[in-house]
Amino acid sequence: MTTTSTTPSSSVPGLVHGVYAEGEPIRDTKAPPGPIDRRWNTRKFEASLVNPANRRKLSVIIVGTGLAGGAAAATLGEAGYQVKSFCYQDSPRRAHSIAAQGGINAAKNYKEDGDSVYRLFYDTVKGGDYRSRESNVYRLAEVSTNIIDQCVAQGVPFAREYGGLLDNRSFGGVQVSRTFYARGQTGQQLLIGAYQALERQVAAGTVEMFSRHEMLEVVVVDGKARGIIARDLVTGEIETHLADAVVLASGGYGNVFYLSTNAMGSNVTATWRAHRKGAHFANPCYTQIHPTCIPVAGEHQSKLTLMSESLRNDGRIWVPKNAADCEKDPREIPEEDRDYYLERIYPSFGNLVPRDIASRQAKNVCDEGRGVGPKVGDFRRGVYLDFTDALKRMSAEAVAEKYGNLLDMYQRITGENPYEVPMRIYPAVHYTMGGLWVDYDLQSSIPGLFVTGEANFSDHGANRLGASALMQGLADGYFVLPHTIRDYLARGPFEKLEESHEAVVEARASVDARVQKFLSIKGDRSVDSFHKELGNIMWEFCGMERSEEGLLKAIDLIRGLRDEFWRNVKVLGAADTLNQSLEKAGRVADFLELGELMCIDALHRRESCGGHFRAESQTEDGEALRHDDEYAYVAAWEWGGQDGAPVLHKEDLVYEFVEMKQRSYK
Amino acid sequence: MNLTLKIWRQAGPKAKGEMVTYPVTDISEDMSFLEMLDVLNEQLNARGEEPIAFDSDCREGICGMCGLMISGKAHGPEVTTTCQLHMRSFSDGDEITIEPWRADAFPVIKDLVVDRGSFDRIIQAGGFISANTGSAPEAHSVPVPKPKADRAFMAAACIGCGACVAACPNASGMLFMGAKITHLGELPQGQPERDARVVNMVSQHDHEGFGGCTNIGECSSACPKEIPLDVINQLNKDLRGALMRGE
Ligand SMILES: Cc1cc2nc3c(=O)[nH]c(=O)nc-3n(C[C@H](O)[C@H](O)[C@H](O)COP(=O)(O)OP(=O)(O)OC[C@H]3O[C@@H](n4cnc5c(N)ncnc54)[C@H](O)[C@@H]3O)c2cc1C
Ligand code: SF4
Ligand code: FES
Repeated sequence: MTTTSTTPSSSVPGLVHGVYAEGEPIRDTKAPPGPIDRRWNTRKFEASLVNPANRRKLSVIIVGTGLAGGAAAATLGEAGYQVKSFCYQDSPRRAHSIAAQGGINAAKNYKEDGDSVYRLFYDTVKGGDYRSRESNVYRLAEVSTNIIDQCVAQGVPFAREYGGLLDNRSFGGVQVSRTFYARGQTGQQLLIGAYQALERQVAAGTVEMFSRHEMLEVVVVDGKARGIIARDLVTGEIETHLADAVVLASGGYGNVFYLSTNAMGSNVTATWRAHRKGAHFANPCYTQIHPTCIPVAGEHQSKLTLMSESLRNDGRIWVPKNAADCEKDPREIPEEDRDYYLERIYPSFGNLVPRDIASRQAKNVCDEGRGVGPKVGDFRRGVYLDFTDALKRMSAEAVAEKYGNLLDMYQRITGENPYEVPMRIYPAVHYTMGGLWVDYDLQSSIPGLFVTGEANFSDHGANRLGASALMQGLADGYFVLPHTIRDYLARGPFEKLEESHEAVVEARASVDARVQKFLSIKGDRSVDSFHKELGNIMWEFCGMERSEEGLLKAIDLIRGLRDEFWRNVKVLGAADTLNQSLEKAGRVADFLELGELMCIDALHRRESCGGHFRAESQTEDGEALRHDDEYAYVAAWEWGGQDGAPVLHKEDLVYEFVEMKQRSYK
Repeated sequence: MNLTLKIWRQAGPKAKGEMVTYPVTDISEDMSFLEMLDVLNEQLNARGEEPIAFDSDCREGICGMCGLMISGKAHGPEVTTTCQLHMRSFSDGDEITIEPWRADAFPVIKDLVVDRGSFDRIIQAGGFISANTGSAPEAHSVPVPKPKADRAFMAAACIGCGACVAACPNASGMLFMGAKITHLGELPQGQPERDARVVNMVSQHDHEGFGGCTNIGECSSACPKEIPLDVINQLNKDLRGALMRGE
């Protein structure tokens, strides 16, 4: 590996690579010792209890109403705590969990095909490319079965067989059928289940709901999280909300890339503000890029749409062998001039190789100039996903039965008929494995601040398997957090906190000042134009392939862009009304800081693992190469101050049960 | 293509609104309708005029956040959500009017943004199955016949967008509510609370200021998820039954 140091122009001497410092390692994650299948029971037993009569005197703020936050709010409300729940949408039912299509894993072994809690645990650790914690993953697999029971009891209409029992499918290249689904709308149905449970608690008076509210700061008093500052997005009022503990369930930060499959409002603000107040940010560079998305159509593109990867079961992926054929009608390109590159490179897995591999190979063929579809910038960014063979083999009716809704969606977005012309697909940012660092209790490095769902980093290592984010969100929300936060709350009653407390006043004043600052810059460029430029930098240098040279360049570019943002952004309108430009400005300002940390994390990790591919660390035939001796750790970053450098804390990953191996799909 | 847009502008909940005309040029047919509005907003921002407020989040037709009256039709000319409508459904030179959902139960907040909190309150009144976390029996202990499961799923596909209300001359929320009644009513798990659910939801619906149903059917034609009108029959049947049983 190369270690030549072309440090960024504004780097500080004495720092590693000129950009970060190294701090103390993290030694204790609070997972109990002992046999892996006993650990969670041990932790639950040891967690202190709270007398039912005392619960209503204890309060919890939960930011986010997706699977992770909605499930937690409902469950804590049912238990009798006083809950305040927040989301930025107009209703908690619209959290982005709603968009998940494929399904949710659970080790029910209903198919009697050899599945078990241990196998789900094993697959998830392996799928994460040995960069996740065994204890956490085992617990996830263990509670997965309870999730299905809970959802069925709530009325989630999972797919069923004629006998009336639940149906399962295999998903994401695993060999057992453990995925529960509700057609292509699994996330929607699970979220509606959690939402209804939440609304039931709103009616019962245990949960107070604040929709169209955006959390903009966390209140930390005497080292503990004691509340948040939020903006009422309708009136613009800056509000203070205090509680005994705070939970962040605010989702992923894929929108740092501007274009992603995330929702327009998905943001890092909640977790980033907490990071700046002392919560470590773990593995920020681990991003999942999904291979089957609809390609970018032009400059106006505002988001990307995922097409379920089940399409890879019957569709064949190819590009022309010769760049000269790329503009031709694909139907006129004869068989011998097509390169079914996945089938060629990976004869045994073919089109079903894992997401990261399928994505990177698509990039490679397009970089060679063999991409198809419209040019975006200098290159055509698309590969064919061809159903011609499937249509011959299965009949159009059978294809429609299986994939109809996806093919219709494709046609609606692109205007092309996939039954006649091969579809075009290209990878897109889809999920972020990184997030706030949490211990086994899902508590961050700020006591009293818990983090659940995609917002934390805990369970997926460097790569997430299909159908396991929904599982994690609901595991955290229904079954894990309610036990671990109880242990924290049992230490109450907490000291009464007034809004006039110095730390509260300061947090609120900083939010006010920031809002005023955005409105007063009165520059020339729109928030979106900065966001797009940041997205391009991230995609180019911190996307599917990363290199030292590129990352150092990106760090420089981001610093320059951030500087310009604070001088030249133009935000119109007022602070005291609904103001969508102002909302976006706050989100983009935080992305501009996060982007730099992602590049620093990617730079420091000089190995390839899961979704993180370093050009300098590959095998002779171009596959990802891990360096377990050096990098089998979680990188937890501490905020180094506005003008300081981030500080790296390493948490060693110890594998007691699963043996680390290099992945191979050849 | 070049288009003339007539858009409802309203500075705040109590402000008086008006239609304002904006020409837009060079619109590509691959743009989504909302991306076309993004382009207009960038131009307004550059000119120093405040961008038009409108709601959207997932932009893939599933969250239910978007929703505009486009030339008098809820979600525009196709059977889809506003965010999934593409400009190829329009032609060069078209004049398009864009308004918010209009209903007493959905007051305007600003420009094209409305408050649909009334839908959440209808769900609070009874749109759930009471099953506390941890209390659930093993999932396979209660089989559900496939036709019932499928019908429950069909009804559960509602995204809560409110197009049905906006399309209805009476501004009735019966299709939305019927979808929830049908979803939960088809399942064995939904039976214990079935009577109370329908009575409480209907009472909340009326309290919120939604109108009654007079079987016009505009709701179902506008529904992006094609929720069929028969969920309203189901609702009425359940309601009659519940009232007869003295709920
Ligand atoms: C298109 C798509 C398809 C997917 N398909 C699958 C699949 O098939 N299977 C699978 O397992 N996973 C899938 N995933 C991943 C999975 O859906 C997500 O990781 C998961 O649902 C995240 O849930 P969450 O509760 O952590 O966050 P979210 O559901 O994103 O919820 C975030 C919540 O936080 C709130 N929020 C955020 N910031 C703030 C703030 N500053 N102030 C106030 N509130 C805030 C939001 O309003 C929202 O309520 C998919 C993801 C996408 C994008
Ligand atoms: S019934 Fe249809 S139109 Fe009405 S809210 Fe549901 S999805 Fe929207
Ligand atoms: S923005 Fe989510 S349905 Fe249109």
